[in-house]
Amino acid sequence: MTTGHDTAAASPAKEGGAAPGRPSGGGPVTEQEQRRRKRLSRRWQRDVRWSPYAFVSPFFLLFLAFGLFPLIYTGWASLHQVELTAPTDMDWVGLRNYTRIFDDDFFWNAAENTLWIGIISTVPQLMMAMGIAHILNYKLRASTFYRVVMLAPYATSIAAASLVFVLLFGRDYGMINWALGTVGIDSIDWQNDTWASKIAVSTIVIWRWTGYNALIYLAAMQAIPQDLYESAALDGASRWQQFFHVTLPSLRPTILFTVVVSTIGASQLFGEPLLFDANKGASGGPEHQFQTLGLYLYEQGWVNQHLGRASAIAWTMFLILIVIGIVNYVISRRLRASS
Amino acid sequence: MRARTRIRRKAVVLAAVASLGAGLLAGCADDGDDNGEGSSSSGGGGGKTKITLGLFGTAGFEESGLYKEYEKLHPDIDIQQTVVERNENYYPALLNHLTTNSGLQDIQMVEVGNIAEIVQTQSDKLLDLSKYGKEGDYLDWKWQQATTEGGQTIGVGTDVGPMAICYRTDLFKAAGLPTDREEVGKLWAGSWEKFVDVGNQYQGKAPKGTTFLDSPGGLLQAILSSEEDRFYDSSGEVIYKTNPAVKDAFDLTAQAAEDGLIGNQTQFQPAWDTTIANSKFAAMSCPPWMLGYIKGKSKPEAAGKWDIAQAPKSGNWGGSFLTVPKSGKNTEEAAKLAAWLTAPEQQAKLFGVQGSFPSTPAAYESSEVTSAKNDMTGDAPIGTIFAEAAENIPVQTIGPKDQIIQQGLTDNGVVLVTQGKSAKEAWDNAVKTIDNALDQ
Repeated sequence: MTTGHDTAAASPAKEGGAAPGRPSGGGPVTEQEQRRRKRLSRRWQRDVRWSPYAFVSPFFLLFLAFGLFPLIYTGWASLHQVELTAPTDMDWVGLRNYTRIFDDDFFWNAAENTLWIGIISTVPQLMMAMGIAHILNYKLRASTFYRVVMLAPYATSIAAASLVFVLLFGRDYGMINWALGTVGIDSIDWQNDTWASKIAVSTIVIWRWTGYNALIYLAAMQAIPQDLYESAALDGASRWQQFFHVTLPSLRPTILFTVVVSTIGASQLFGEPLLFDANKGASGGPEHQFQTLGLYLYEQGWVNQHLGRASAIAWTMFLILIVIGIVNYVISRRLRASS
Repeated sequence: MRARTRIRRKAVVLAAVASLGAGLLAGCADDGDDNGEGSSSSGGGGGKTKITLGLFGTAGFEESGLYKEYEKLHPDIDIQQTVVERNENYYPALLNHLTTNSGLQDIQMVEVGNIAEIVQTQSDKLLDLSKYGKEGDYLDWKWQQATTEGGQTIGVGTDVGPMAICYRTDLFKAAGLPTDREEVGKLWAGSWEKFVDVGNQYQGKAPKGTTFLDSPGGLLQAILSSEEDRFYDSSGEVIYKTNPAVKDAFDLTAQAAEDGLIGNQTQFQPAWDTTIANSKFAAMSCPPWMLGYIKGKSKPEAAGKWDIAQAPKSGNWGGSFLTVPKSGKNTEEAAKLAAWLTAPEQQAKLFGVQGSFPSTPAAYESSEVTSAKNDMTGDAPIGTIFAEAAENIPVQTIGPKDQIIQQGLTDNGVVLVTQGKSAKEAWDNAVKTIDNALDQ
């Protein structure tokens, strides 16, 4: 790494910038000086060619160690019967861990829960984010303050947030049931009821991510040229009409981006349902009513210690994610083509 | 003017950012607490041999001053501990560390629900402690639980959980039941059915808003922990589904739940804690360590209102072991410390302070145990009550997945009955969950 330094010192850059300037010709130079320059130039070329690889290598080395190796190892483990108590003791079972997923009620229950929680968290979340972004886009006093506040839930740890929500959603002494009680609604068993528990988990997700998405939308909204609104206003379009006919179409790529990111996030949902479980277990409630795929994977691997089965679930989830990615890609191409 | 508003705006933003940062830090601190808590107060100790302990829950060695005492006896030793609050979080990490043989403390605590799995799968990574602890000191079954088939004893017992029944004298009185601990014990002596019958009597005249018992899990745990064979037979086969003792315990608990004798709580949850504080139930199964828990969660005015009677059948609930991983730097010193911490004199001291009941019968004669009292139970001689219970504990067959089976029967089973499901639905749900968990 010292080469850059040397050359820069030897011939200061004429045009500024990070790269050292080329040795300029002109004027008589000694043979020695020429050799020196040639040497420096070779060094510089080598530097230019190889340094970038050196600079990016940490990522790839880390990826090899913590990304690719686990991926391959998990794939290998998924073809074996192997327990966490003795990870080197592997019994080859072929595709059995995968085939049994087809009649694993718990897996499909988890997949269904993941889908439902994904829908009831992502859809309202993005719609609310859009509304909030629209409001923040008006001229407001202390708008920076509101923007920072929007991001506050995102910055809190899931653990802290979920624990607070567990208290809020408590059946007997929770604040939400108390509030419902004051308007005459019977207390709801948020943790054990099939749908109430899913809604409660979604609430944590919505609370955490709405502001984040709102800021993304806001950034995109501010990039929309003002004259579009002005001409729309001249044409007599109301605020709502402007929103539907100017803002939404311009945000289409951004919306697509947030949908993709939220979908991926939703399919990997883990922390919220884990911490929402009152028993501090990974079964997602007594009847597994809010056990997501991520939670089921964790339960198989780290609670039940079936490394092979957990690996197969991990790979199946990976494949499902790829399918979701392809579907998203196709839809986005369609949309782009149509616009 | 302009400048001032700008400054004010900056201040607001700064404040917002700062509060965000504080939130983040608080989050970190929360996470850190789990394993960074309570490192030894002696600190430093340059040149000394450092012994580290990995513990969960409230082991109480430090609180009762045992580390300081040992450090005084052995000036070259420096003891440090890390504590994880819940065994459910502690055990998977321990298992991981054992299988990879790394990241282990010099001494690791193991819960009785996990000891069979450790004995069967990890014993080659743990030191044989039979040279350090004296076999005759410990309850025989406690010693055997940590001994492999080859005769290697990988853990020395800390406490045991001889189970009695804690009950509220004020609520019993209000429901027209006797309050003297001998008489109460006689009401249900010998069978859990009688216990549930007493519950029916209680419920007939119960103060409004109270139930006889706290939670379905507590009752099921109590019944099962007084059985010799539960989930595994002596040859190591899983028999929980076909063992009539397990099904009967489940059905009796479900029946009691259907009859409304049991509060619909899960033990050790915040809401359950609140039912203790609000005196919502009259009785609960009660190993010695539970007294400390009750004390921690009760309001001051509840002091002295509890009493303890013998359980219908004696059982054991809880208790731990200290093991010494071979990968440690000072296994010899660690083993000596583990044996010392669990020797009768130290266990007696621990009971006086922490309520962990000794696993060494010699300690039962000591004045610390015989004269022990608890604020919640007034002048009840808790030491002699629990000692009597301990003598009647059956030798229990334990298996590697006991914890998972017990958890399935409770968290995915009987709890459903309190939520309006039938006993059959609850049993089916539990069995399905457990079988899936056991299937490799």
